[in-house]
Amino acid sequence: MSSLFSRTESPRILFNRTIDEAILIGINSIFIVAIVSTFIGAVTCVQVAYNLNNAFIPRSTIGFMVREMTILELAPTITSIVLAGKVGSSIAGGLGTMQITEQVDALEVMGINSASYLVLPKIIAALIVFPMLVVLAMFLSIAGGYVAGTVTDALTAQEYITGIRGDFVPYNITFALIKSFVFAFLISSISSFRGYYTSGGALEVGAASTTAVTNSVIAVLIADFICAQLLL
Amino acid sequence: MIEIHNIHKTFGDKKVLDGISGVFETGKTNLLLGASGTGKSVLLKCIVGLVKPDLGSVTFDGTYFTNNKLDIRQEIRRKIGMLFQSSALFDSMTVEENVMFPLKMLAKMPKDERMDRVNFCLKRVGLENANKKMPSELSGGMKKRVGIARAIAPDCTYLFCDEPNSGLDPLTALKIDGLIKEITEEYNITTIVVTHDMNSVIEIGDKIMFLYEGKKLWEGTRDNILDSDVPKLNEFIFANRLMRDAKKVEEEENGSHQ
Repeated sequence: MSSLFSRTESPRILFNRTIDEAILIGINSIFIVAIVSTFIGAVTCVQVAYNLNNAFIPRSTIGFMVREMTILELAPTITSIVLAGKVGSSIAGGLGTMQITEQVDALEVMGINSASYLVLPKIIAALIVFPMLVVLAMFLSIAGGYVAGTVTDALTAQEYITGIRGDFVPYNITFALIKSFVFAFLISSISSFRGYYTSGGALEVGAASTTAVTNSVIAVLIADFICAQLLL
Repeated sequence: MIEIHNIHKTFGDKKVLDGISGVFETGKTNLLLGASGTGKSVLLKCIVGLVKPDLGSVTFDGTYFTNNKLDIRQEIRRKIGMLFQSSALFDSMTVEENVMFPLKMLAKMPKDERMDRVNFCLKRVGLENANKKMPSELSGGMKKRVGIARAIAPDCTYLFCDEPNSGLDPLTALKIDGLIKEITEEYNITTIVVTHDMNSVIEIGDKIMFLYEGKKLWEGTRDNILDSDVPKLNEFIFANRLMRDAKKVEEEENGSHQ
């Protein structure tokens, strides 16, 4: 970790590299995050409606539950698990390939700190982009719930809107964003570590990608529990 | 001039380099010759600092490199150009960006000047029209040329080539060898080439160091390598049928003269 911050390149180069990585991590992940979060919101709405089949419970509760589940858990955690698969494998595979094809050595021979040049921008970019994707996932999940709820006649549009506006706790958003920062750091740093220290050939690059994803997912789930315990 | 003194390197139980010393002269193409697994590439990596030797030292034009202060090592590294066995071009960059990369990172020069230098280097290696190509679109020989252009772009003083001919057809290999030799003489730089190719020895071996099982067994030039009395070197040279035939012809000619 210390090598990331020693002999760093100029701020301009670090900025440009971070923007490049943010585009790779962020823009390229919008589609999958949008699909996953929309359907998660939709499925959550339908399943909650199925389980809340009680005349004494107002239908607007479905909207409330979709919002709470989405903001507190589904948007940050499921989005991060999806990104662990997509971004984590891409980071580990990319760095692993650079390592076995001597591209990392080429940087070192030029007198460039390869860890700082390659890894630091990925971590910073993930820290910037993950919370944005999580906010997008929150919005789309709630929208997915709205569409599914009204199309299947589980509840009316008015009931859903009443539900998602009721008893709103702004801290939950803060909590979700804190979690997304933690998950971003874990996924980007674990995947970078696995990729950067790859040695061997194509088989090892594949193994590094797989290990990066599994380790990242486990780390996200453990961190999710710890965050919930500490911050709620 | 690069001097190495008593370089030792062990990986686990395996002794890869065993007390190698030598001098690599400026303006000459210095070859590290040997069979696969004799420690040539490891020695090259020890010299450029990619692998830290267990014992021994490397000196670049009188400046101590191994274990010296980081900023001094960095200063020396900025004078090093290296052509890797796999070319090691950055996949995500075009040819132009690859050659410009060290200039962008190391040299403080205006953008126009950088571009001129890139075009000059690409022209020098015979790739004038390849600026916008991606590495995946290049042949093996072209990749090596781009690697050479990237190595010489920041006005390097030391050029290292790790098996520049591997995977190339004989004609392309010959061109790459010629290019390395031309550049070495033109810019008066110190060049070290790792090879096991006898054609390279004959074509460009101004000075040759033969390694066997991590030890230096022989040192000389291409003019006297065929006369060596080192059995392991002779075994290596004459493993090639062409070389055996050449030796036979030479002996017959000598016999007929006597």
